Amino acid sequence: MNSAGERLYNGIIKENPTLVLMLGMCPTLAVTTSAINGLGMGLTTMVVLALSNAIISLLRNIIPDKVRIPAFIVIIASFVTVVQMILQAYLPFLYDALGIYIPLIVVNCIILGRAEAYASKNPVIASLFDGIGMGLGFSAALTVIGAVREILGAGEIFGIHFMPASYVPFSIFIMAPGAFFVLACLTAIQNKVKINGEKKGKDMSRIQSGCNSDCASCGESGCGRRFYGAGKEDGQEPKKQEGEVK
Amino acid sequence: MSDMMKVSSNPHIRSKATTAGIMGAVVLALMPATLFGVYNFGLHALIVILVTVASTVLTEYIYELLMKKPVTVWDLSAVVTGLLLALNLPPNAPLWLGAVGGVFAILVVKMLFGGLGQNFMNPALGARCFLMISFASIMTNFDCDAYTGATPLAALKAGESVNVMNMILGRTGGTIGETSMIAIVLGACILIMLDIIDLRIPGSYIVSFVIFVILFGGRGFDSAYISAQLAGGGLMLGAFFMATDYVTRPITKRGQYLFGIFLGIMTGIFRLFGPGAEGVSYAIILGNLLVPLIEKVTVPKAFGKGGERA
Repeated sequence: MNSAGERLYNGIIKENPTLVLMLGMCPTLAVTTSAINGLGMGLTTMVVLALSNAIISLLRNIIPDKVRIPAFIVIIASFVTVVQMILQAYLPFLYDALGIYIPLIVVNCIILGRAEAYASKNPVIASLFDGIGMGLGFSAALTVIGAVREILGAGEIFGIHFMPASYVPFSIFIMAPGAFFVLACLTAIQNKVKINGEKKGKDMSRIQSGCNSDCASCGESGCGRRFYGAGKEDGQEPKKQEGEVK
Repeated sequence: MSDMMKVSSNPHIRSKATTAGIMGAVVLALMPATLFGVYNFGLHALIVILVTVASTVLTEYIYELLMKKPVTVWDLSAVVTGLLLALNLPPNAPLWLGAVGGVFAILVVKMLFGGLGQNFMNPALGARCFLMISFASIMTNFDCDAYTGATPLAALKAGESVNVMNMILGRTGGTIGETSMIAIVLGACILIMLDIIDLRIPGSYIVSFVIFVILFGGRGFDSAYISAQLAGGGLMLGAFFMATDYVTRPITKRGQYLFGIFLGIMTGIFRLFGPGAEGVSYAIILGNLLVPLIEKVTVPKAFGKGGERA
């Protein structure tokens, strides 16, 4: 499960951080007022995620277990600062549009989640591609959400007006409630695809964030199964596949 | 074997009341306000109402067909939603506005949460707020053939004087169904006589609103001002027809009083201190969201539990 291609597929489709793991909701809901903002946020996060994953993976045998979270945060914060300065210098419009959400990438739970669940236990190349895959999945989800909101809420896509002049934009979609509507619909579609796949007998749903064994003995905080696994509180074996509609 | 001979689990008390019967009565009770709205604002208002009702009913029908669920359009609840939504639209609303609102009310607020009985907020009001946020300029433009200029509430907020008699009769600008206090109260009397609603929520709503206006309105006990506040805007329509929605009101008696008082205070805050002139729909929606909490704190003690020991 550690090949580069598998990691990319895992990040983009199988464990899409936004639509499957439901991580990083704050930037997802806040910055996706247009497709370009979503894409910018996604790619910025991807750069930080890939680089921090690689460095954390390199240092995984050196960082003492007890202080690993502060160590991860220092590494992530350094990359965020670098990326922020680059954006400010070369893409000032994006820097202005994303505003406070760039420094807040430091506390984006996708990044810390991947560091904790994957990069701190796996080799460098796999961790790097895990970061790229997760980042691409995040970017794709944010771009789609941003595009839908921009089309409905402003009649534009990537800033190009294309709806007929008689179209009255639903301005609610570029306000906060619109983000929730679009995210909910995309998540529902994702679940529907997954359920249909399971009906055809494919293993669509197994979330394997760094663990592939028993959930009851799992102490991992970044593991998606904690939230998605069924029937583990009372020590029974989960009867259903994780990821089915709850 | 006949139905009477079957042994079934409780409850054993039977009632002839059906959803369709209750909803039909609500439609009937809304008729005075609807007819007055059509009379007041002209044919376009009637077309808006018809399009909105058709939109809600069709949305429910198509959704249930697509999802292979039992078709429930005959319980008339979609008709009530559509009618209430239409009565909350401005009389010169473009027809697509009613259609979009109807789809949102049924699809998003009602069906996606499980259909009738599961929706957490009043579908008509949810859709009204959706339209209000999306198309503010259309939703607050009450100019039409019969009336132009500010609605009485907006005029009141601007400190101008209003004709209270016209407001009570309904000969003012406003949404299609909210203008005539007399027509709405007439409909409410039908509902009360048929025992479909009681005065707990509307009563506590209106009384607490009046007290709020007396305390914070800045005019003290000025009967003209208070009656203008009562007759203006959607207060009457909201208090009798929307706050009393069976699905989204609290079921406990004390909870219903609490709910009404909350609505009165929130409406007062929105109207007196908010940026807009009207606040009934936002107040009721906020109240709807608090219903689970209100019910939780007002659950009556079961017989034999707790209480004083003899």
